[in-house]
Amino acid sequence: MADIRLEGVGHSYDGGRTWALRPMTWTWRSSRAYALLGPSGCGKTTLLNIISGLISPTVGRVFFDDREVTAVPTAGRNIAQVFQFPVLYEEMSVYDNLAFPLRNRKVPKPEIDRRVRRVSELLGLDDQLRRRSRRLDAGRQQIVSLGRGLVRPEVAAVLLDEPLTVVDPALKWTLRSKLKEIHRDTGHTLIYVTHDQTEALTFADEVVVLNEGAIVQAGEPAELFLSPAHEFVGHFIGSPGMNVIPAEITADGLVRVGDTDVGRALGDTGADRAAGEAPAPGPVRVGVRPEFAVLGGDPVSPGLPVRVTGVDRMGAYNLVHVEAGGHPVIARTDAEARFKPGDTEYLRLPPDRTFLYRDAVRCGAVGPVDGPAHGEGEQ
Amino acid sequence: MSEQSTAVAGGEAGTAATTKEAADAQAPVKPKNNRAWFLVLPVVVSVAFTAVIPLMTVVNFSVQDVFSPDDRIFVGLEWFRSVARDPEVRAAFVRTLIFSAQVLLLEIPLGVALAVAMPRRGVWVSVALVLVALPLLIPWNVVGTIWQIFARPDIGLGGWAINNVLGLDFNYTLDSTDAWITVLIMDVWHWTPLVALLAYAGLRSIPQPYFQAAQIDGASAWAVFRHIQLPRLRGVLTIAILLRFMDSFMIYTEPFVVTGGGPGNATSFLSILLSKIAVGQFDLGPAGAFSLLYFLFVQILCYVFFTVLTRSGR
Repeated sequence: MADIRLEGVGHSYDGGRTWALRPMTWTWRSSRAYALLGPSGCGKTTLLNIISGLISPTVGRVFFDDREVTAVPTAGRNIAQVFQFPVLYEEMSVYDNLAFPLRNRKVPKPEIDRRVRRVSELLGLDDQLRRRSRRLDAGRQQIVSLGRGLVRPEVAAVLLDEPLTVVDPALKWTLRSKLKEIHRDTGHTLIYVTHDQTEALTFADEVVVLNEGAIVQAGEPAELFLSPAHEFVGHFIGSPGMNVIPAEITADGLVRVGDTDVGRALGDTGADRAAGEAPAPGPVRVGVRPEFAVLGGDPVSPGLPVRVTGVDRMGAYNLVHVEAGGHPVIARTDAEARFKPGDTEYLRLPPDRTFLYRDAVRCGAVGPVDGPAHGEGEQ
Repeated sequence: MSEQSTAVAGGEAGTAATTKEAADAQAPVKPKNNRAWFLVLPVVVSVAFTAVIPLMTVVNFSVQDVFSPDDRIFVGLEWFRSVARDPEVRAAFVRTLIFSAQVLLLEIPLGVALAVAMPRRGVWVSVALVLVALPLLIPWNVVGTIWQIFARPDIGLGGWAINNVLGLDFNYTLDSTDAWITVLIMDVWHWTPLVALLAYAGLRSIPQPYFQAAQIDGASAWAVFRHIQLPRLRGVLTIAILLRFMDSFMIYTEPFVVTGGGPGNATSFLSILLSKIAVGQFDLGPAGAFSLLYFLFVQILCYVFFTVLTRSGR
């Protein structure tokens, strides 16, 4: 087990014209469970293959703790990797599959047997050891491919590349809890690649969001949901994604959508606000999640006038589609709330949960119109 | 209206039951006819003309002694008995079987080795493919002619080199072993490319993660071949073995051109003997019985190969 440190690591498949993975510095801390989340083609698999050594990065260096492994071949890195579909030596028994990496490394027989039995017990494969691996169901096959990684001593990390793609939906939950269990029991660093936010959010201690070859935000699942640092995170996590409304910061520091002032522009962090820093006047985008957007006027400061264009009844709640100055916005309301298409309503943006974005990156937050310009020093 | 017409179309033979039920539900009166069978007629006619009737002619000849079109006697299984007992036929049978076995033993491993060695990407892929496929593009009798000349000790490059460079006494027109080796090597040269191309296609279809997993597991090149590539070639190799067995067991043109079955009977394979009986001596009865036995044997052996190869994979 080790920290896996990437220093300025980037990769290009076409000799530097475009980056599949932009140069980045990042540390995967030992024994944590990470989810690497992002859309198809964002560089997730490239990043994974760089860690396992299947690809050597175009630029940058890879360290396991203080040992540089950039030039170390895959077999020398002690990485376990599970692919999208089960990769098995199909004509071998489960036992032989598990023993294969050790036999290749000329481990003595009794030691192989001990290790295989330990892993099979851990993974619940004891009854399957003598079976031919190709006869197992897809879920068990994935478990066996995972086992082939775990059987080696001193596994630095377990990399899982969308491992549940081929698995039955019903079995997915079981397997995911199995993975969590294994993570708890072995304490291996786990990096779980997925494009499914539910998978990522339920699985990981820390979610790393990757888009267009760059890490846009990393944090605990709740953090990504409550305060997206990038418009992409807002869109990608949450269902439906965050609303984004074009706005402008006026010279006196107010956030204006159309003709309505919806709040005061505040600095991004508590420190910024304490220092009295706020985003500069100019065009900006306001981001608010449907879960936090409030529909329904308040007599004192009614908020942004919007027109209801449609209502989706989701059972436990409704999704109300409205139009604010020509831009679609979705608000999540109680199932009892009665909004009718064509109605004019007022949309309020709650101060703690509304953020400002410039060039897709978060640059500030929205505070109450009549509140202090530097906020409470808290976020 | 459109429902009606689907119902009519659905009346054809072999429509899925669900469609029929749907049609039943929609159209209470279902027009029923068997006109769709007419669509099969062209196939029936052409298969009858090209395969069934000629084969029945052979069956017809095999049970009669024909002196002239108007003068023939029914002889039952007499021809079958005499062909099966004929020492010349038996010798040719054993010879052909040995030849096929040698062809498979040489061409399958060689073809797989060639496929593994061929480049996977880059400009050399097409170069390698064209070079390997070249022998397959040459007509059989031209292959025979090429080797007939190539192996001659006087004017052929190969034959001359063996005699004068290697210093071995080699003459396929006089020595039985030399003749056999010439025909065998010719077949290997001609048909190993087929095995190689099939195996190459099979290798190309193995998904990349298998090789990546093997790298992670620290597998040697041999282990990768043994545990990933070979098992995944099972399908194409089954086809390759069947094709090469059938084809080598029925080999005719090339040895006919190179050696004419000689010297003596050294390269007189079943098909050469058969054509001698049928066309040379015009013994249609024995030739018919011979053909049917030949046909039957190829069928049985292919069935055995296929069953063994597919069963062993389960």
